[in-house]
Amino acid sequence: MIQSKISIQHLYYTYEDGIEALRDISLEIPANEIFVLFGPARSGKSTLLRLLNRLSDLDEGTARQGTILVDGQDVFDRSVNVSNLRRRISMVFAMPTPLPGSIYDNLTYGLKMAGIRERGELDRRVEQSLKQSALWDEVKDRLGASAFALSGGQKQRLCIARSLALEPDVVVLDNPTSGLDPISTATVEESLFDLKERYTIIMVPHSVQQAARVADQAAFLLDGELVEVGEAGKLFVQPTDQRTEDYITGRFG
Amino acid sequence: MSRQQINRLATALITGVAILVVVPIVLVILFVIYNGIGTISWEFISAPPTNGMREGGIWPALLGTIFLTFGTAIISFPLAIGAAIYLSEYAADNRMTRMVRLAIVNLAGIPSIVYGLFGLGAFVLFMQFGTSILAGSLTLGILTLPVVISTAEEAIASVPQQFRTVSLSLGATRWQTIRHQVLPHALPGILTGIILGLGRAAGETAPILFTVAAFYLPDLPHSIFDQTMALPYHLYVISTQVPGMPLSIQYGTALVLLLIVLSLTLSATFVRTSMRRRREW
Repeated sequence: MIQSKISIQHLYYTYEDGIEALRDISLEIPANEIFVLFGPARSGKSTLLRLLNRLSDLDEGTARQGTILVDGQDVFDRSVNVSNLRRRISMVFAMPTPLPGSIYDNLTYGLKMAGIRERGELDRRVEQSLKQSALWDEVKDRLGASAFALSGGQKQRLCIARSLALEPDVVVLDNPTSGLDPISTATVEESLFDLKERYTIIMVPHSVQQAARVADQAAFLLDGELVEVGEAGKLFVQPTDQRTEDYITGRFG
Repeated sequence: MSRQQINRLATALITGVAILVVVPIVLVILFVIYNGIGTISWEFISAPPTNGMREGGIWPALLGTIFLTFGTAIISFPLAIGAAIYLSEYAADNRMTRMVRLAIVNLAGIPSIVYGLFGLGAFVLFMQFGTSILAGSLTLGILTLPVVISTAEEAIASVPQQFRTVSLSLGATRWQTIRHQVLPHALPGILTGIILGLGRAAGETAPILFTVAAFYLPDLPHSIFDQTMALPYHLYVISTQVPGMPLSIQYGTALVLLLIVLSLTLSATFVRTSMRRRREW
């Protein structure tokens, strides 16, 4: 059996107000594929994403059980350097979230925080990440311009590039096309296909349709529980669980 | 009366009251300018008082106030920013935090003469700084803490949460996030608070009464352990303690003090608006 990139084992997660966001989630996420987590609102998708790189540390009063292994290493182990973990498992948020400053500043922020200062290396990463996110041709002549001057779709691709500039192993995208028009959405989806050559991609999609378009593997979450997981080609055509079928065919959600 | 008439009456009344608020400040300023402007000259600004303060200028007092304002800034700035960062970024919602907040609120309500007595006891006597610029700056620094902390905390809290989350998600540490994403954007608000605090400190008399201010000291201070004259106290002295004092010098002194405080307040407003205009989000 091929070793999984990420292995989630019996994960439980409870928020301060007692809401059980995740119940007994176990998932094997393979490398170099697009793994899609889908389900209705409040099913625990975003919670699960935030646990992968321990952004969940920001939530106070939560309780967790179970483990997440990345390349066999428990991310919750005390010896884990959280900053390094977040550089390896890089996150793109639902709303495009440029930081104040130029396009170049945004792309190099994470690198500079990691202590990379050499101009040539920074320039190389900027160009490479912008090309990977299909934004290079649009912004190469104005890298010094404010990131806020970009359009919504460009901002989101900038945020993807900003994650890629860290040269992570895993790119986690939480509904990255939520605020985008159909053309920008298509551009982002296309860049994802190119990216999986180099990265493991975990994504919460905007819709079931998007999930079916981009996924290699998919997992259906409902009320914090894993209902079904499998090859996208099968899961979206012949789901084994009735709830999955009801959700995919639009009977609820 | 019809509803429309009542409505018009209410509008007129409320507008009138709002205008009334402006009247005193304008009157005070005009009154002091009218009476004091004739006294202002280069010599008045740059010469020491002579003839038992009945002639000459205000230079030692003016310089003293400038020193004290800088001293206050140096004391207040790091303490207030540290406290504000702690309260908004680090403090958990627990009893300790609530006590710190309660202390700050109460600090704001303490009469300034009590600060003066505290400064006398703590800095002048106990720490043996003597009656000195250091003791006065420390006393004024504590006096300004509440307003500077509150405005700084507000400014820090107004930085969008997503900048912090994004910064952390890109592998920045908590301190790097504060240093590179929070403080730069909170800076205009923090500066505003500090300048407002300094405006208050520059005009205070009671806190410097026992801690630094000299009745009459035409020599300029040589170190932070020296006494100095200061404008507010000088104004008090020449208005009440010196018989036969010409009114023109009193109003001239008042005008200079007023101009210092007003220019601090106005520059706070200017800093805030100009930096806010450059903000991108």
